[in-house]
Parts: sequence; structure tokens; C-alpha cells
Amino acid sequence: MTIDLTDTTTSAIHDAVTQARRRMGGPASGMVLTLIIVTNEEAQYDAVRAAATAGREHPSRILAVIPRKPRFESRLDAEIRVGETGPGETILLRLYGPLAQHADSVVAPLLVPDVPVVTWWPDEVSASPVTAALGAVAQRRVTDAAATDAPPRDMLLSLARTYQPGDTDLSWTRSTGWRSLLAATLDQPYPTLLSAAVLAEAGNPTADLIAAWLRLRLDIPVSRGDSAGPGITSISFETPDGPISLTRTDGRTAALGWPGRPDRRVALHRRDIADLIAEELRRLEPDELYGETLRELASTGDFTDGDFTEVSE
Amino acid sequence: MDQGGLEELAEIAPANPSVIAALAEPPANPLRDPRDRRIPRVAGPCVLVMFGVTGDLARKKLMPAVYDLANRGLLPPGFSLVGYARRDWEDEDFAQLTYEAVKEHARTPFRETVWQQLSEGVRFVQGDFDDDAAFDRLAQCVRQLDVERGTGGNYAFYLSIPPKFFPTVVQQLKRSGLSDPAAASGIAGTGRRPWRRVVIEKPFGHDLASARELNSTLDGVFPQNSVFRIDHYLGKETVQNILALRFANEMYEPIWNRSYVDHVQISMAEDIGIGGRAGYYDGIGAARDVVQNHLLQLLALTAMEEPVAFDADSLRTEKEKILSAVRLPADLALGTARGQYAAGWQGGLAVPGYLEEDGIPADSRTETYAALKLGVDTRRWAGVPFYLRAGKRLPRRMTEIAMMFQRAPHLPFAATDTKELGQNALVIRIQPDEGITVRFGSKVPGTAMEVRDVNMDFAYGESFTESSPEAYERLLLDVLIGDPPLFPRQQEVELGWRILDPVEDFWASHTKPEQYPAGTGGPAGADEMMARDGRTWRRL
Repeated sequence: MTIDLTDTTTSAIHDAVTQARRRMGGPASGMVLTLIIVTNEEAQYDAVRAAATAGREHPSRILAVIPRKPRFESRLDAEIRVGETGPGETILLRLYGPLAQHADSVVAPLLVPDVPVVTWWPDEVSASPVTAALGAVAQRRVTDAAATDAPPRDMLLSLARTYQPGDTDLSWTRSTGWRSLLAATLDQPYPTLLSAAVLAEAGNPTADLIAAWLRLRLDIPVSRGDSAGPGITSISFETPDGPISLTRTDGRTAALGWPGRPDRRVALHRRDIADLIAEELRRLEPDELYGETLRELASTGDFTDGDFTEVSE
Repeated sequence: MDQGGLEELAEIAPANPSVIAALAEPPANPLRDPRDRRIPRVAGPCVLVMFGVTGDLARKKLMPAVYDLANRGLLPPGFSLVGYARRDWEDEDFAQLTYEAVKEHARTPFRETVWQQLSEGVRFVQGDFDDDAAFDRLAQCVRQLDVERGTGGNYAFYLSIPPKFFPTVVQQLKRSGLSDPAAASGIAGTGRRPWRRVVIEKPFGHDLASARELNSTLDGVFPQNSVFRIDHYLGKETVQNILALRFANEMYEPIWNRSYVDHVQISMAEDIGIGGRAGYYDGIGAARDVVQNHLLQLLALTAMEEPVAFDADSLRTEKEKILSAVRLPADLALGTARGQYAAGWQGGLAVPGYLEEDGIPADSRTETYAALKLGVDTRRWAGVPFYLRAGKRLPRRMTEIAMMFQRAPHLPFAATDTKELGQNALVIRIQPDEGITVRFGSKVPGTAMEVRDVNMDFAYGESFTESSPEAYERLLLDVLIGDPPLFPRQQEVELGWRILDPVEDFWASHTKPEQYPAGTGGPAGADEMMARDGRTWRRL
């Protein structure tokens, strides 16, 4: 059911949601969290869809905050969707005029009591998530350095400067598959690792983060080179016995090469946004490792000095 | 002692010096950090050998679980699956069967690339269980996989076969050298001794003697800690849920004893009949099939003291203590009941009685319903009866533990105000819809003072942003990783039979199971057993 409210107030929205729920026969069931999406008219469709998919199994309230014509008079329009995308509810909030500067006053009364709040910037990333208007209310602040207009690496460096526990970035989430494979690779006894190399599409922030993570954890020189992609194409270690490498050229299947052993293949997909958001929503405590990795990345400056050396294929 | 992890660090001479360095220190993986909650545990290189691949369980549960694990990135590169059965099949036929099983039953979406990569490691070996040559071919096949796919000589054997074949298969595994890790090559140059693990499903024998026999069959071939006894009704998730409820909270422990608890009801009801399991079920019955293993496990988890640590050993210690304190009723005629379903209507369908099912002798005395009153002789539980019941063709499928609390010692209301107030209850729902219900009295809205029972509900499926993994996925992953199972070891299995054997003997010599119409709540005798104590069963 979709309900459109024009020039409305938060209490009217609240009443409409409660009524809609009752009419559908469902009581206010246990919402797991409130997800605030800070977006714009153009990007909201995909973001809301991804969030709804991610939250399908679990009821959550999705609040999409969309600023509209800044020079209009202040006005709040709401589009409420209940029972369409699963057990949760979605409310699109369109903020006209100066009201857009006070989005927190609209969002605060609509937060589900007692449950965590997550704020997600699917496209334009706030340079300092925690001080951004809708970042302060959230336990978890999700950005996406790969989605900004600015060069992703600059974005990561700026996120590193303002990092606060609870920040996280989808380019870090994208690294999970690679990182688990790398960790699994080193679960078996392995020869001394001399250095590592990460090859990926130019500017791929996930590759930068993985390179920083490897250097942080292994304390060996790590180089970061460009390839044609898609995404990350290879991560390899130099060892006295020869290279240990993970190679993925098609964005789907990786091959593990190990000196003296047959190559082994393993599925390693590029993941869609819904999947990434689902992973982010899974754990709501601060991700300390992301913070440490960002710091490591920032400490190597602009990648030209230190151990991060640019190489071309 | 659990030495599963240590055992793998063996003393086979490593091929090169850099490995010696790696072996000198225990392999603390620098890429793993306990704070890193995103990286899952992934199984190491291995082959899963499955016996009984044509069975329902293999098709509906095991193979889809293998795919789901692969799809979630939890299987190692090169993972291989070998099927063994009598059918005259090629690798491709088995791959086709697996493909269909996966497409139909997998939990996660089907992806061609995942399947492609998985199917490269699918093999089939044809043979009977007593066929020496076939087992030699099997040995040949897995060693070939070690070479081709780098599976490192690590083999897990899943015996999804009737228990009567266990001795034959286990002996064959021994004879062909498959069960012997030393005989395998291992990953060249890693210096790590390969592992062997074997998975068997309940029933673990049908009485104390046969359980011991089964154990001795396995014992000579696989060490205790590489035998995974699986009870898929009682997944690890459920066990951990109960432990978390009891020991992570402050609210429940103070009332979890004889001062507050009146009695405990542990029920497992099934709406189905015996279906195609006639051959297995007849002569076994409800008590051996489910009471001995999972109802007693649930009793142990409910009644045990707090384990000193949250590991398999400490948990087992506590469960063994409580199971050895379980006492049977003095008069088994009064403290037990059993029944057999008769023809009737179940869920809108006319269904046959047990004696009319295909393959069941008309004079069978096997029970399809068993109820039992047990005492637990500890300070915490003295005088609190634990009522266990399990049955088939009951109105609906459900498994639960219900702690029924004593009534308030004094009610400052008029008697008429609380006529509809029952006992407070805390119900741990195990299936379906795993969760917890708290039942308590509440005032009915209105001017009259009237108190009535209401429910407060919590469901695991609704309150978390991740869905629980399928029981078999967890199980297979635990086996492949070598995580010590929370499942019973021999000692617990034997304690279970010690409790049940006298009951079975009594039943065999004294009573015939009472008939109850299919689709009803069980035999009258079970209700009478409760009535004698002034109690009633919770409605199914």
C-alpha cells in the first residue's frame, strides 16, 4: 500500500503508518533497525530498492531523505510504502526549501524506538559522516567512496581524517570476499612472504584498502598497480618458493596459484549493493579494523611514497 | 581431550626450510583477527566422500548445503565431492543428480559460475558396500583428486546410510587405507598431516549394547574426536540459542529451579506418519527414535548447571552430569505411556493407521507415541518432574521446551477475577518458528477486574538482520573445519540408553501400545499420566 501525504507533518506520517499497518492486519512487529538513506531524486530509486532487498527478511524502517528545490517555501511531502517490499516499511521524505537544512528534525520523531539507527549515503558522501546532520543520530554511518564524483582515493583519505568509530565504507565491504579468501589461503602453513602486489582497475578504492590492510597485518612491502579490471584482478605474494597468487579476470571465479601445486578455482563474485548493505546491517558495533586500515592508508600519504608504489601492467 | 587442531601439526618432514620456520611457531594467521567479524571461517582443502547419495537426505539436504556453502564462499578452492553408490553411473550422471538437487533445494540463488566451479570437483564411484575393488577405486579416485585439485589428502566421510551398513563401510575404509591419514600424501611440502573425519547420523544404536558395538566399530578406525555424531533435529544453532538464553541473561537464572518451576514439559510432535521409513521405524519406535537422543539432549540443556566455559568439553561435562542424575519413575506403568496411531483424519486428510502402513506387520507393537515422566536428582531440580513426549500423526509439527512455573503463592484478587489465569510459562520454541514465548497473566481491559493469560513472543527469524543458516550448512562446515561438535559423544549416548533401556524392557514385557486416532493429541494413557499428578499437557 502506498500513501502520499503532501505538505504534511511527522505526526501525520506517524499516524498514517500506524493506520496502514493496522489495516493490513499486522501489529507493530519488532522492527530491527531504522535505516536512513540520504540521497537525491535521481538516485533514490536504486538505493531504496537495494535497502528494501537487504532488509527483506527482517522488518526495518527505511527513511529516504530527499532534498528538493531549495528556493521553494519549506514543505514536507511523504510517500509511505507498507507491505510492498516485505515486512518493513519505507517512507520517502521530500524536503523543500530551507527545511532541507533541518532534515534531522523530520527524521528524529520517525526513528523506531529502542533499535539502532544506520545512516547510508549511497552517492555523494559527506566528508565527515559523524558531523553530518543525519550522521549524528546513527550508530553506524555507511559511505561509498566508489560512488562519489571525487577521486575515490581522495575520498578515502578524507574519510580517514574524520574517522569515528561507527563509520564504514562500502568499498571496505566489497573487500570481504577477497579478504576471506586471502585469510583462508594463509590458514595453511605458508612460506615466508616477501612482498605483496594488488592489481585492480585504476582508482579502485577497495584495492587501496586491501593493500593497506595487507601491509598493516603482514608488515611487508605492498604495491598497488592498475589493470583493466573488472574490479580487482589479482593479489599475489612473492615468496622464496615462487609466487602465491589469487587471480580473477572475469569478476566471477578466482584461481589460487601456489608453488608446486595445481591451480585451484573458487567462486568470487562481485557483489551487488543490496548484498553489501545486508552485510553492513549484520553487525552494528564499530568496525575497528576498518578504522585501522583507513589510518594505515592515510599514513602512506598519496601512495607515491612509502611502500605503495604505482606500477603499470 | 580435544586435540583436533593440534593433531594436524604432525612431524612429517617438511620439504623446504621456509616451511620449517612456519611450523616452528603455531600457525597464527596474521590475516585473522578476532575483531574482524566480516571474514567467515572457511574450510581448508578437502574431499567430501558421501555414501548413500541416492537417498532423500543426500538430495534434499546435503548436496544443496554443499552448494550453499560454495555460494557463500565458505568452501576452499579445489573442494571436491565424491559420491559412492550402487548405481551404474558415470561422474556426469552423479553431477547431473547433484545439479538437479541443488537447483531444486538450495537455499541461496543458483549461479551457473558457482556450479561450474563446484562441478569440476564432482566424482562418482560405483560399488556395493562390501566390494573390495570398488573401495580401491574410491581410494584411487580421492588420491587422484589430491593430485589434480590439491585437496591435500583431507577426507571427510559422510555415512548417509542405514546403520546396519556402518561396520561394513568402516571396515572397508580401513582395509582400503582410506581411513589412515598416514597413508596419504598430504599437500606436498606443507608438513601438515592430513585429517580424516567421519559423520554418522542418529540412531546411535537401539540400546546400550548396540550403541557400544557401534562405538567399537568406529573406535578402532577413527579416533573419538574425528567422529561427528549428528542429530539434525537438534542443530548447533538451537543448542547455542538455549545456552545464550540461560547463561547470557540475568533474568532467568534466579527462577530456573525448584523454588519457582512447577514442572517442565518437553515435546516433539510430528504431523506426518512414518512415510517411507517403515523398514527403519518398525521395531525402533518413538522412544528410541527421538526420546533417547534429542528429547534427552533438550532435557540436559534445560536442566544442566552452567558450564565453566562455552566449549564442547565443558558443555559435555555438564550434560553428562545431569543425564547421570536422571531418575526413572518408581512404577513404570504409572510414569510412562505409549501409543500407536490408528486411522483418522489429519489436517483434513484421511490417513491410515500405523498397522495399515505399507511394510508394517499387522501385529506390530512398535509405539509411535511415547511419554515419560523423569526426575532429576539434583539440588536444583529435586521434586520437579520433567515430562517428555514424542509422537507421530499429532495435530501439528512442533518441538518445544515449556517451563511451567508455580502459581503465585497468594493472589490478592477475588477468586472469580483470576479464574482464567493459568500457570506462568516460559516456552522455548524449537520448531517451527524458533523463538521464545513468555506466558503471563494480564488484566483484561474494562472496569471489571479480570486477569487472563497472554503471550509475549520473540522469534529469531524476526529480530535479526541475518537469517540462520540451514542446519546442514553449519554441520558440514563444522565437519570440514574440524570444529569440535556440540553433539553427543559416546558417553552421552550411553547415558541416554541407560535411561531408556529399562523403559523399553518394561514396555516389551508388559504393555501393548494404546491406539490413538491420527490427528489427535496422543493416547488417553498419556493424559491420565499427567492427570494423576494434577497436571495437563500443553495443547499441541
